[in-house]
Amino acid sequence: MTSTGSGPSRREAPGRRVLPRPMAALAEQRQRAMVSRPPLALAWRQLRKHRVALIGGVILIILYTMSLFGDFIAPYSLDYTDRERFFHPPTLPRVVDAEGRWHLRPFVYRTELVDPGLRKYRIVTDRTYPLDVFVRGEPHRLFWIFPTTLHLFGVDPAARLFLMGTDQFGRDLFTRILYGSRISLIIGVLAVGITIPIGLLYGGIAGYYGGRVDNIMMRLVEVIIAFPGFYLFLTLSAVLPTDVGCATRFYLIVIILSFLGWTGFSRLIRGFVLSLKEREFVLAAKAIGLDDLRIIIRHILPNTSSLVIVVATLSIPGAILGESGLSFIGFGIREPCASWGNLLTAGANLPNLAQSPWLLLPGVFIILAVVAYNFLGDGLRDAFDPRLRSS
Amino acid sequence: MLRHIVQRLLNLIPLLFGVTLISFIIIQLSPGDFLSEMRLNPVVSSETVEAMRRNFGLDQPLHIQYLKWLRAIFLRGDLGYSFAYHVPVTWLIGSRLLNTLILNLAALVIAWLVAIPIGIHAATRQYSFSDNTLSMTAYLGISTPTFFSGLLLLLFAFKTRLLPIGGMTSLDYEFFPWYGKVLDVARHLVIPATVLAFTASAGLMRQMRGNLLEVLRQDYVRTARAKGLAERPVIYKHAVRNAINPLITIFGFEIGGLLSGSAILENVVGWPGLGRLILEALVQKDLYVVMGSLLIGSITLVLGNLVADILLAFADPRIRYD
Repeated sequence: MTSTGSGPSRREAPGRRVLPRPMAALAEQRQRAMVSRPPLALAWRQLRKHRVALIGGVILIILYTMSLFGDFIAPYSLDYTDRERFFHPPTLPRVVDAEGRWHLRPFVYRTELVDPGLRKYRIVTDRTYPLDVFVRGEPHRLFWIFPTTLHLFGVDPAARLFLMGTDQFGRDLFTRILYGSRISLIIGVLAVGITIPIGLLYGGIAGYYGGRVDNIMMRLVEVIIAFPGFYLFLTLSAVLPTDVGCATRFYLIVIILSFLGWTGFSRLIRGFVLSLKEREFVLAAKAIGLDDLRIIIRHILPNTSSLVIVVATLSIPGAILGESGLSFIGFGIREPCASWGNLLTAGANLPNLAQSPWLLLPGVFIILAVVAYNFLGDGLRDAFDPRLRSS
Repeated sequence: MLRHIVQRLLNLIPLLFGVTLISFIIIQLSPGDFLSEMRLNPVVSSETVEAMRRNFGLDQPLHIQYLKWLRAIFLRGDLGYSFAYHVPVTWLIGSRLLNTLILNLAALVIAWLVAIPIGIHAATRQYSFSDNTLSMTAYLGISTPTFFSGLLLLLFAFKTRLLPIGGMTSLDYEFFPWYGKVLDVARHLVIPATVLAFTASAGLMRQMRGNLLEVLRQDYVRTARAKGLAERPVIYKHAVRNAINPLITIFGFEIGGLLSGSAILENVVGWPGLGRLILEALVQKDLYVVMGSLLIGSITLVLGNLVADILLAFADPRIRYD
């Protein structure tokens, strides 16, 4: 609030300057800043200026779109195997043929296995196989519902389109990465989606009541936090039944991830609520006679919203890394299902990896997703943190 | 202060009791036990399996098994017996513990030596080309799973034959003189320590940079500059000392994580540490090895947190525990 000494009107009429120029300018600036904007709009304004966060957001949109349309984009199906072409190097579409002629339409050549021991493939250049768009291929269900055989692109079945090569069974790595993204990208979101409400309620209750309730509730949290995270993660996943389907195992791992995640988060919320509960609006709510749960949920917890958004965004990469690590060592998502972590297991055999370095590509996707989330999370943190806000 | 420490140590007893109880319950939830596989083996008679079951005490009710295990810890510091290795768990964990400590301490030292100067460099040249490059590298560091960077370095070693691939010692390790042994372990240490240090220093460098930027905005830094102090003393005498303070907490947490931070990586590079031990034990259902590893891991973790608090109290006179 700035007082210009010109009566009750807070907004100065233009042209009527009582104060010396620099001070008046300052006052005006402050008043402009006082025009209230909803916090989300303010944060969005800040975020738009954060170039790195926007890059992260765009990468994530692309990745999730690819994941959603995964079976349509993938040239093959998840269990497609070509025993003749195991450890096949990536076949990238080309525009210049063997005779040096340029083609308007990208194409691939057919390959033949020459030496199974050395995994040598010969490119047969007798004819070209142009890349087709919207081709009929193996059946799949778009969005898990609509049965169709339509794929975004593909080549004549006589040739193969292995954009990222194949694994030891001749399965297309690009296809499996797309299917794997459905597990790896969603597991983090789901786990955080379960963690947040539990942590909010638990931390909210502990912080609001304080005293003995708080003491007992936090002891439980401390016991779980006292475990070395990854050891407990491993031990819990060793409990999971091995003879269940992929989907069941996926949900069980989500539950484990949330079981490990809610503790730290509820501690954070508890601390925040402890500092909030003495504020006037809480006292007012109490004075009206609202019941405790309603005060916690409707009045206190909404104040943590920006904290929640930032923490949620920054915890998803942790969950992605956790799942991929677990699946990599064979305790998480198992074959024949694909996750980015268990796809990398094929690369754990060094002689294989040295001959087929494309087996590392799933790891590139893990890094890409995690970097993108970290970009976005840092941007959100800066955007919501008023201390760093520049205007 | 001393009272605070004693009180915290006393609090650890119920805490660790809870840890053992929870780990015992979790392990019992998992299907089958150590002998499940043997029962399916036609060569092993059912009498033998029964005898082993009695021998291991697996025929007794669960709560008796648990209480017996607890009693042995209290009376003799005995963590039980490994079914698979036929040696006491304390002995097994002891040898693996040392290996994990060597790896993680090496990584810790490298990370701090690298991250602090880099963080200072980046903060004093905010938004310069080198700052942007370093910050991006740090993003990569915190986002790359250790098993992936481990695989990359192993592949490099495999192709160039410059470094040993996997393990902790060479085949002819026993024939080396003592300095040869040290050198041999050091050579095997390069890859896993580099991987861990990359991740750790990335996080540390971001912290250092952030803290220093925060401090450089403070009034006393402006005052120091205003009174005509040269830039170097302003940075190193006034700003850096205050910016390092919050990192002490991180140091404590890192002490706590010394045993568990390398779990996956140990499996990738074949480092015979605690992380590999617990994985093997889980696969074989080697009950007391899992329990023991979880307990030892928890003890280091909570002690690390305690050390962090104590260090912080020493470094920052504003913090008082009464």
